[in-house]
Amino acid sequence: MNPSTLPNNKQIIIERQNFQRLLDVLKNQGYQLRGPTVREGAIVYDEINLVKDLPEGWTDVQDKASYRLQKRDDKALFGYVVGPHSWKKFLHPPVLKLWEAKRCEDGFEIKEKVAFTPQYAFIGVRSCELHAIAIQDKVFIEGPYVDTTYKNRREKIFVVAINCGEAGETCFCTSMNTGPQVSFGFDLALTEVIQPDRHYFVVMIGSAKGHDVIKEIPHTKASNQEISIAQSKVEQAREEMGRTMDTSDIKNLLYRNHDHTQWDKVAERCLSCGNCTMVCPTCFCTTVEDVTDLTGEETTRVRKWDSCFTMDFSYLHGGSVRTSVKSRYRQWMTHKLATWIDQFDTSGCVGCGRCISWCPVGIDITEEVAIIQEDKAKEKNDENA
Amino acid sequence: MSIQISDPMLPELYKVTKIQENTHDTFTLEMVPKNKTKIFSFLPGQFNMIYLFGVGEVPISISGDPSSTDFLVHTIRAVGTVTDAMSKIKEGQTVGIRGPFGSHWPIEKAMGKDVLLIAGGIGLAPLRPVVYYILAHRSKYRKVVLLYGTRSPDDIIYEEEYQNWQENFDITVETTVDNTDSEWQGHVGIVSALISKKDFSPTNMVAIICGPEIMMHFSVQELVRREVTWNDIYISMERNMKCAIGFCGHCQYGAKFICKDGPVFCYSSIQETLKRREI
Amino acid sequence: MKMLKTILENHPSFQELEREHLKFVIDNAENIEFKAEELLFKEGEKADKLYIIQSGKIAIELFTPSRGSITIQTLGLNEIVGWSLTPPYQRSFDARCVEDSQAISIDGKALRIRCEEDSKFGYELLKNFTYTVVQRLQRTRIQLLDIYKIRT
Repeated sequence: MNPSTLPNNKQIIIERQNFQRLLDVLKNQGYQLRGPTVREGAIVYDEINLVKDLPEGWTDVQDKASYRLQKRDDKALFGYVVGPHSWKKFLHPPVLKLWEAKRCEDGFEIKEKVAFTPQYAFIGVRSCELHAIAIQDKVFIEGPYVDTTYKNRREKIFVVAINCGEAGETCFCTSMNTGPQVSFGFDLALTEVIQPDRHYFVVMIGSAKGHDVIKEIPHTKASNQEISIAQSKVEQAREEMGRTMDTSDIKNLLYRNHDHTQWDKVAERCLSCGNCTMVCPTCFCTTVEDVTDLTGEETTRVRKWDSCFTMDFSYLHGGSVRTSVKSRYRQWMTHKLATWIDQFDTSGCVGCGRCISWCPVGIDITEEVAIIQEDKAKEKNDENA
Repeated sequence: MSIQISDPMLPELYKVTKIQENTHDTFTLEMVPKNKTKIFSFLPGQFNMIYLFGVGEVPISISGDPSSTDFLVHTIRAVGTVTDAMSKIKEGQTVGIRGPFGSHWPIEKAMGKDVLLIAGGIGLAPLRPVVYYILAHRSKYRKVVLLYGTRSPDDIIYEEEYQNWQENFDITVETTVDNTDSEWQGHVGIVSALISKKDFSPTNMVAIICGPEIMMHFSVQELVRREVTWNDIYISMERNMKCAIGFCGHCQYGAKFICKDGPVFCYSSIQETLKRREI
Repeated sequence: MKMLKTILENHPSFQELEREHLKFVIDNAENIEFKAEELLFKEGEKADKLYIIQSGKIAIELFTPSRGSITIQTLGLNEIVGWSLTPPYQRSFDARCVEDSQAISIDGKALRIRCEEDSKFGYELLKNFTYTVVQRLQRTRIQLLDIYKIRT
C-alpha cells in the first residue's frame, strides 16, 4: 500500500509506556503476535504477548562464528540486530504437511485437508528482513505457480517494522541497498529513541491497517526535532555498518570465476553443515517426504526446509551432481549473489550477516567475495602493465 | 478462513490399466484418471511427477501420443527406490499424477525442416511423443531420421513400432548398441558416430537429442562438425526434482530451473553452463 | 555413381592434399564390392589395402575363444577400414561385411612407400589419418564408459 494515499501520512509519537497498548490492539484485532524474545542465549522470533516478552535491555554482539547476548545500559526493546531466526519460518514453515493419504481397496485416496491460515502480526521487522520477504514473494507468489500456504499467510500479516539504530559487526545492508532505513512493506515503522529522561517511538504509518491500529493508541504528532532525532539514529546505524560487500558486476564476476582457486580454499574450512542456508532469510529450498505410519496404511506428504549443502540435494540416479564441498558452497554463494539475479531479478542476499555469525567455522561471504574481487583487480592491473 | 493448502502439490489419482515390459529394467504404464474421462493435454517433451503411495514421487517424461487424451503413457526405467517400486506395480493399482510440467520439443520450429532425433537408452521415451506428433503431421516435415543408441540389443525399446514408422511414414530409424554378442545386424558403437553418415540439410534442420549428458555432449560435437548451429539443437536435461514448480530449488542448473525453464533447452541457451562441472 | 576423383577430393582425409598427391592416391584406388558376411580381412593377415566405405556396413570384430566373434564397432559411409600405413603392417582385427557394401580400395603398400619417399605427403596423410584415429579412439572411450548402465 502506498503511504502517500493515506489520509494521515505524518509521523507520530508513541511513548514507551504505551507500547503494550500496541500489542493489545493488534491482539484484539485477531492477530497472533510474533516478535523477538530471549531464549537459550539468543534473541529468537516467537510468540509474544507482553512487553516483558521482548528482549528489553539486551543486545547481541556478533562476529564471525560468534553470537553473544549482552546487557545494555539502557532499556531498549529493540536494541539488538538480528538473531538466528528470520520471519520466513512463519511464512514458509520449516515443516509443512502437504496432504495425507490412506490406503484403500484399489490403491489409496487422498484425504482432503483444509488448513487454517494464521494471521500474524510481526513485531520488530528490520529493513533487511522486509527485503527478504519481498524476495521470497518473488519466489512463491510472482512466478508461474503460487505457493498458496505462503501467499495466504503473507497476505494476512501485519508488519510492525523497526528502523535500525545500531548496526552489527556482521551487518552489510548498506552494500546490498536493503537498509537500515525501512522503506516499504510495513503497516507501521518504528524508530526507537531513548533519552535520559524519555523513551519513545517515532512511528510512520504505512497502510490503512496501520492507521486503524494507531487510532486506538494514545499518540502525539511528531515534532520536526523528534523526527530528525529518529533520522539521526538510522544514520548512525548506516555509519556503524560492520561489513561491506562490493556488488558491482558481482553476477558476472561469479559467473566468470566458476573455477577460482578460492572455492577450494573455502572447501577446506566449510563443514557443509547447512547452517548458512537455515539462518538465511531468503533461502527457500525444500524437500518432500512421505511419512508413513507403522501399519503402512496412512501416509503424510511433508515438505521440509532443505539445504543445497547436503549430498542428497543433487542426487540423480546413482550419485550426486555436486559431490565436492567446494561445488556445494559455490552453488550456494553463486545462487545467492548471481544466478538469483537472473532468476528473480534481484539479489538473493540482503546483507543481514546471519550466515557469517552462524557459520561454525566463520566463513564470511563478504570476505569470500572480496578475495575474488581482488583477483579481478589484479587481472586488470596485469592487463594495464 | 480456511483454504486448501498447496494445490499444485496435490496429485490427481490415476489407475494403471496396462503394463508392458519393454526390457529387463524398463516398463510402460498406461493410466486413466479415476475421476475424469480424459487426461490433460500435453506437448512432446513435458513431464509429470508420478507418486507411489508411501514411497515417493519422481519426475518422468510423458511418452504417449499427444493427440490422444484417453490415457496417459509413461515409460519408466527402474533406477532408484521409487522407480524400483513402480516396476512392481500391478494393473488396477492407483498412482498420483501431477503435471504436465516444463518446456517442450520445438515441434513448431521444426516444420518445413529436416528433423534429426537422437536418443540414448531410456532417452527415446521422451522423444516418442515427437515421433507421434510427426506421424500425425508428416507432410509438414521434411526428412525425419531417428538415431538410437542403447547398451545392448536387449535394451532397445519400442522396436515393435519402428517398421510402421519407417514403412508408412518414411522415417529413417537406425539403432546402434555399445555391446553385442548376438546375431545383431545393426550398428555397433556410440550413437553420435552415426551422425556423420546421415544425409540432412545442416542449415534447414532441427536436432532433438535426449539421453545421458555425455551422449548429448558428443552428439552436439558431431552436429557442430556438420555445421549445424547451436540454435537448431535441442536437448533435455535432468536433475533432482522435488516439486516441479520452481519452489524446491533442487533442479537448479546454473540460473535455470530444469522444471520450469526446461527440461527441454535450446543448446545455445545452456551451452555455457554445460561446460561447467558440478554445477 | 560418383567417380573416384570426386569422392576422394571431397573426403576429409584427402581433400587437403596437394593435387599431385591426390592424383597419386586416385591412381592407386579402385571401386570394389563386398557381399554380406564376406570377410574383408582377418586378424594377423598382411595389411596392404585400406578401404573407404561408400555404402553398407562393415564390422570390426575380435575373436574370443569363449564368446566367438564380437563386434566392437561398425563403420559406414566415408569411414576408413584398415589403415595399412604403420608397422607392423598387419591386421589387428577381423573386418566383416554386415550387409552388401561398396567401398574404395586403396593400395596401402604403394601409399606407405610414397610416404617414406615424400615426407610432406607422408605428414599430410598421417595428420589426417591421426585425426580420424583420435576420433575413433574417443568414441571407443565413450563406449567403455558404459553410459547406459544404472549406477548404484
